[in-house]
Amino acid sequence: MTVQELPGAASYRPTPPPAWKPRTDPAPLLPDPEPYRVLGTDAVDGFAPELLRRLYAELVRGRRYNAQATALTKQGRLAVYPSSTGQEACEVAAALALEDRDWLFPSYRDTLAAVARGLDPVQALTLLRGDWHTGYDPREHRVAPLSTPLATQLPHAVGLAHAARLKGDDVVALAMVGDGGTSEGDFHEALNFAAVWQAPVVFLVQNNGFAISVPLAKQTAAPSLAHKAVGYGMPGRLVDGNDAPAVHQVLSEAVARARRGGGPTLVEAVTYRIDAHTNADDATRYRGDGEVEAWRNHDPIRLLEHELTERGLLDEDGVRRAGEDAETMAARLRERMNADAPLDPMDLFAHVYAEQTAQLREQAAQLRAELDAEGDA
Amino acid sequence: MAKVAAKPATMAQALQSAMRDAMAEDPSVHVMGEDVGTLGGVFRVTDGLAKEFGEDRCTDTPLAEAGILGTAVGMAMYGLRPVVEMQFDAFAYPAFEQLISHVAKMRNRTRGAMPLPMVVRVPYGGGIGGVEHHSDSSEAYYMATPGLHVVTPATVADAYGLLRAAIASDDPVVFLEPKRLYWSKAEWSPDAPDPVAPIGRAVVRRTGRSATLITYGPSLPVCLEAAEAASAEGWDLEVVDLRSLVPFDDETVCASVRRTGRAIVVHESAGFGGPGGEIAARVTERCFHHLEAPVLRVAGFDIPYPPPMLERHHLPGVDRILDAVARLQWEAQS
Repeated sequence: MTVQELPGAASYRPTPPPAWKPRTDPAPLLPDPEPYRVLGTDAVDGFAPELLRRLYAELVRGRRYNAQATALTKQGRLAVYPSSTGQEACEVAAALALEDRDWLFPSYRDTLAAVARGLDPVQALTLLRGDWHTGYDPREHRVAPLSTPLATQLPHAVGLAHAARLKGDDVVALAMVGDGGTSEGDFHEALNFAAVWQAPVVFLVQNNGFAISVPLAKQTAAPSLAHKAVGYGMPGRLVDGNDAPAVHQVLSEAVARARRGGGPTLVEAVTYRIDAHTNADDATRYRGDGEVEAWRNHDPIRLLEHELTERGLLDEDGVRRAGEDAETMAARLRERMNADAPLDPMDLFAHVYAEQTAQLREQAAQLRAELDAEGDA
Repeated sequence: MAKVAAKPATMAQALQSAMRDAMAEDPSVHVMGEDVGTLGGVFRVTDGLAKEFGEDRCTDTPLAEAGILGTAVGMAMYGLRPVVEMQFDAFAYPAFEQLISHVAKMRNRTRGAMPLPMVVRVPYGGGIGGVEHHSDSSEAYYMATPGLHVVTPATVADAYGLLRAAIASDDPVVFLEPKRLYWSKAEWSPDAPDPVAPIGRAVVRRTGRSATLITYGPSLPVCLEAAEAASAEGWDLEVVDLRSLVPFDDETVCASVRRTGRAIVVHESAGFGGPGGEIAARVTERCFHHLEAPVLRVAGFDIPYPPPMLERHHLPGVDRILDAVARLQWEAQS
């Protein structure tokens, strides 16, 4: 029964006002029913071998980085590390889809993307190490601080992209969020602003199956997270998040579209978090070994390695070299992380405001005196 | 500065002049919020800015406060100076996470590498007959968040001067606009504005010897009226207008209290957990030996903001202040 068919109102049939018509044809915005894949298809032929080999090397390095950082939490060198093992293809593709002038807005799990973008691995771990909140100047590498509150960095990406366009700069912002983050209000507001403003921004949802312990089925009733794009008036793309060339292609297309003024895109990369949420989490409480095993068989490194080997783009020597490179990176990281971070307690008051308030000057003097007394003792 | 003939102007006009002048001087200043463009704001504070500077500089946003403030963060990260309007005090609450987790902390978490120069304009307070959610005094929430400046003008000249200072500040400023003073008038000219009012400085609006009324924003005119009324009873009240809640001007406040020996804090937000408790504690810690009576508070009741037909019973008025003044005769009572 429509509004017009209410009992007793049958004789009243006005012409519907024009606003009833859909504002955008939703069909071109809809994602494909299946995640887009490249590996194992002819689409691989379209990729430059150098790019494929670079993706492979970055995946291997990323996997080793995750393992090393996880080991560092066990040694007490990191307060916490949210591993992205299994999700390396998303992380690497995110970094490689951007130009130097573009901006990355990572969540707390996206250390690898920041590092693959050129950030010092130790600086990228500053937040997780606990010696300060952000270890780098965001402008230097165009990487926003790793965001701990969920989805709150997405509107920042929209605002920055919008500002860049207002200034006439050719800059795209890529904002990363997890499946759980799509339930947050800021996710909605960011997508809506981006679409209304046609801001040059790309949203990458890494759907790794769980928000800590809550599975996707309890997170959303949407057909896919990529479908959410349609309601905002932007295209949604669904991609196999463990297929590195596929993620790279879909993201690169979305970035190119944003850059030429085509507006925002929402990309959902379907992947899986092989490790627990963090070292504080017991993943056996909410998922079975069978499920994890199935995803291990769909491992992003194995998939790409197999494809490249089959095609003669990678040999045993190449695999060994990638492993050795990663090992060198890990050893260097271990060595640097085992040195104690230099800490100056007076930094506590140094950056609250541009100019210290009288109140903070008083408190700084109090701490100075306490430190001096400790030194004398 | 050459003196140009001043004529009556409202606080709303002075605020608008401040934004217009800042936008004209600095192309990075952007005004944004719900209804700020074509309509000129529901209080007309941004009237004409979109026409003068274009919709890219004065932007009607989607209706979403977290989105407005969140996108403003990104704009400030890219070097713009957003001036954000929150329309009504209680409408700002969805933006709290952005304000507290990002706006207030960005400079600190990046060790000074990424300051966020932005102004969050919040029309606040009651006395205009607004329905529920249109009359909150939310200053205590903002004051409790390190990293934010919190200022509130009480005069037409300060509305201009403080807003210019807020826009020029390299730190985020929560700019609380007492909406029942929007239509208050004073002799003031946009051609010869008063100098920029510095953030962090209180000002003595009326000198006196027998007690200090410490107040700000919408309660200033009430306190000045109470001081006049008290003079008939032999009380010579000094009135201090804080203007800036963060940073707090201990110096001006304590100098006044040391002179008068008695102090009453007056504000319309709830007393419990409110600004008055903090101010009374600061004054007591610093001026205890000069005090001849406890520092008193005259505040709104500890209730959700009442419906408009009852708000006059809630808002601290002249009589309630005079009652407190009478209670300052501490020695006589004890």
